Amino acid sequence: MFKIIKRPPLAEGRMFVLRILAVVFAIGASMAIIALLGHDPFKVMLEMIRGSVGSAYRIKETINKMVPLLTLSLGVCVAYKMKFWNIGAEGQFYMGAYGAGLVAFNFSHLPSYLLLPAMFAAGVLTGGLWALIPALLKAKWETSETLVTLMLNYVAIRWVTYLQYGPWRDPKAAGLPRMMHFPETADLPKIGSIHIGWIIALFLVIVIYFLIRYSKLGYEITVMGENPRTAEYAGMNTFRILLVAIMISGGICGIAGVIQATGLEHSISPVLSSGLGFTAIITAWLSKLQPVTLVSVSFLFAMMLQGGNYLQSVMKVPSDVAGVIQGVILFFVLGSEFFTQYKIVRDKRQGEETRKVGA
Amino acid sequence: MTDRAAYVQMEGICKTFGVVKANDQVDFSVRKGEIHALLGENGSGKSTLMNMLSGIYMPDSGSINIGGKPCHFHSPKDAIRHGIGMVHQHFKLVDILTAKENITAGMPGSFFIKNKGMTEAIGNIAKKYGLQVQADRKIYNMSVGEKQTVEILKVLYRGADILILDEPTAVLTPQETDALFNILRNMRRENCAIIIITHKLNEVMEISDRVTVLRKGQSIGTVNTSETNAKALTEMMVGRPMSLEIQRPAVTGGADSEPLLDVRDLTIENQEKIKVIQNVSFQVRRGEILGVAGIAGSGQKELCEGIVGLQKVSGKVIFKGEDLAGCKPGNIISKGISMSFIPEDRLGMGLVGGLDIVDNVLLKSYRKTKGLFVDRKQGVSMAESIVRRFDISTPGVHHQVSKLSGGNIQKVLLGREVSLNPSVIITAYPTRGLDIGASYNIYDVLNEEKKKGVGILYIGEDLDVLLELCDRIMVIHQGELMDILPASETTKEQLGLLMLGHRGEGADHV
Repeated sequence: MFKIIKRPPLAEGRMFVLRILAVVFAIGASMAIIALLGHDPFKVMLEMIRGSVGSAYRIKETINKMVPLLTLSLGVCVAYKMKFWNIGAEGQFYMGAYGAGLVAFNFSHLPSYLLLPAMFAAGVLTGGLWALIPALLKAKWETSETLVTLMLNYVAIRWVTYLQYGPWRDPKAAGLPRMMHFPETADLPKIGSIHIGWIIALFLVIVIYFLIRYSKLGYEITVMGENPRTAEYAGMNTFRILLVAIMISGGICGIAGVIQATGLEHSISPVLSSGLGFTAIITAWLSKLQPVTLVSVSFLFAMMLQGGNYLQSVMKVPSDVAGVIQGVILFFVLGSEFFTQYKIVRDKRQGEETRKVGA
Repeated sequence: MTDRAAYVQMEGICKTFGVVKANDQVDFSVRKGEIHALLGENGSGKSTLMNMLSGIYMPDSGSINIGGKPCHFHSPKDAIRHGIGMVHQHFKLVDILTAKENITAGMPGSFFIKNKGMTEAIGNIAKKYGLQVQADRKIYNMSVGEKQTVEILKVLYRGADILILDEPTAVLTPQETDALFNILRNMRRENCAIIIITHKLNEVMEISDRVTVLRKGQSIGTVNTSETNAKALTEMMVGRPMSLEIQRPAVTGGADSEPLLDVRDLTIENQEKIKVIQNVSFQVRRGEILGVAGIAGSGQKELCEGIVGLQKVSGKVIFKGEDLAGCKPGNIISKGISMSFIPEDRLGMGLVGGLDIVDNVLLKSYRKTKGLFVDRKQGVSMAESIVRRFDISTPGVHHQVSKLSGGNIQKVLLGREVSLNPSVIITAYPTRGLDIGASYNIYDVLNEEKKKGVGILYIGEDLDVLLELCDRIMVIHQGELMDILPASETTKEQLGLLMLGHRGEGADHV
């Protein structure tokens, strides 16, 4: 029999080694899965890397995937810091895009330097308000934010579908149910051939870093996440903090929607996010809610997404392989957390020793 | 009697949890027909040792012999088969069942419950040991003392003749304690072996035949109670001689001075609209410690929370001429009222375990600085001065609070509250779980604040401490104020009767 016992706290160095080991194991396991699917795992891995950073074009594609992913992850980070389980990034993303669309279609006569900022502002507002619904429900009636944010995702996606078939349908699309294009003044400017979304995302990284680390609001959010009773006891206005933090969380997810709509699609569709709102939950956790770490993790995941697409077209390997690898990495890295606190030892007797120290 | 062989013998017991050596080569033995006290401070390894005897933990090494035969327990079931039963500090009863159902639950027998036989069996045991219990009463209708009786019956019904009681008097009134001790004496007469885990010296002296003292996981020695005294035991327990006297400095004008905090007709309802505090009126004056005594759950928590705005109240909370009832907590803190409540898990309210000392120290004052950002520089200097003044042992001010020891955690909390220079300190169970030295530190801190003219509301558990430390003691029972008595003219028994809700009978009985 084996038994699980609590181990002495690990030094930072050993923790790091453990995490690296987890990633190595994850890659090993992924390769085994690829081999089971009948492909050469080494070749697949190599092609994946080549497909994501092997040429200027592919790097651009990777960055284009990284930008919304990073932005969405930042958004959910703010909520998770407060232990508010916002898995509605997807919906807030679409509502953000919707807010941008409202401005774009109604004020299309505005010059670009007024229109774009207005679209972003609208996106923050609609994304934030969308996130506010579960926050208010939780504050008033203690509903589960996990369920409400999740369900609101589907409402948001259906809302976009409705717009696409209904009021915002492109009359020039010759019967195709396609949404109208934004006016050209609503295109996000480019540097070289890459839209400036990455600058916005990096700027947000800095903002969120300072917000959580140094600001009073960040401090309040952290305390509330750790212990809401203590926050109240310390005289914090927990209701206000909840609403503000969730507005920020949803607002940033909304920005991701605006970036995607103005930088790439120049319109909105129900597949605009390609599920990044869910991937963002994984990246946020893997980065341990650290904004700076998020940059590299998001890039890694963007590489996998882009590499996966490339695999599909070049090697006829389904792009879902990338999804499998993501899942396996998450499994191993989160699983390794267990081993930072416990170890398994052999024991001939039956035993259970996970209890806390008795006095 | 002293010549009889040991019935339970534990030798060389070791048990490690992570890096903590909870038990290190502990030897312990009990005879039949004796009451054996296991004495030690919090964290000395008493409960761990007994959890191994009752089969909850398994020792890493060492041997357990019962009646001369080596035993290996893999579960509490094994232990009960050898006649070992443990009554835990936190009762393990099913509230919605009756006493009888709790006592017989989980016992082997036929498919159908033979009601009559069981009632008879329980009645016989109860009669034998002088236990009083109403077998058909539901647990939730019972007082703490009655619940404990059910727990004891539960293990006796299972045939236990070795009984372990973990801090059995912690939640009892003096009267209930006396009743319990009588039961234990009856059991001793019936040749049971009784082990009582405690850190209260006067109880050891009153009830036990022998004492084993543990300190930091090691057994310091076993002595006959009749051949020792409280002072010697303290020294064994703490490791150095210590005075057990608590100071009560007289503050000039203390008792007669103007009231700082004037609570009038305070009433608090809980979520089920039940009144948990009813029409309570009292005053806290400058330079006095007003103690609050009551059975656990008599409304202490609600009272604290009500005064500082964490609960909706009706009535008046007048502080320096201003009614604070209905104000927000932040508002009340800024006026100079400090509240610290040490719940059973120590971290529940007042501190954030996952954050470092600096962030915890800033909890109530971060708002005072201007600007968008938290002034951590000021926090560091505040934290450093608290660590120095209260002698908190920590690798640094950026150490996570939950990784500190219990005593140090409580010092951080009290240190922060005191450093805010409040006019009124409300503190509940500030020495909960602390060792003797740390507790006395806390009493000193409170006395120092008292000398500065601070009014202190002290919610306590240990009546001895309340009587020595406080100037006046108010007793609450089921949310009602029973009486406010001057501590120097009051006895434990009087307090006990009031805590049980017997108003005005106190004087006649004592």
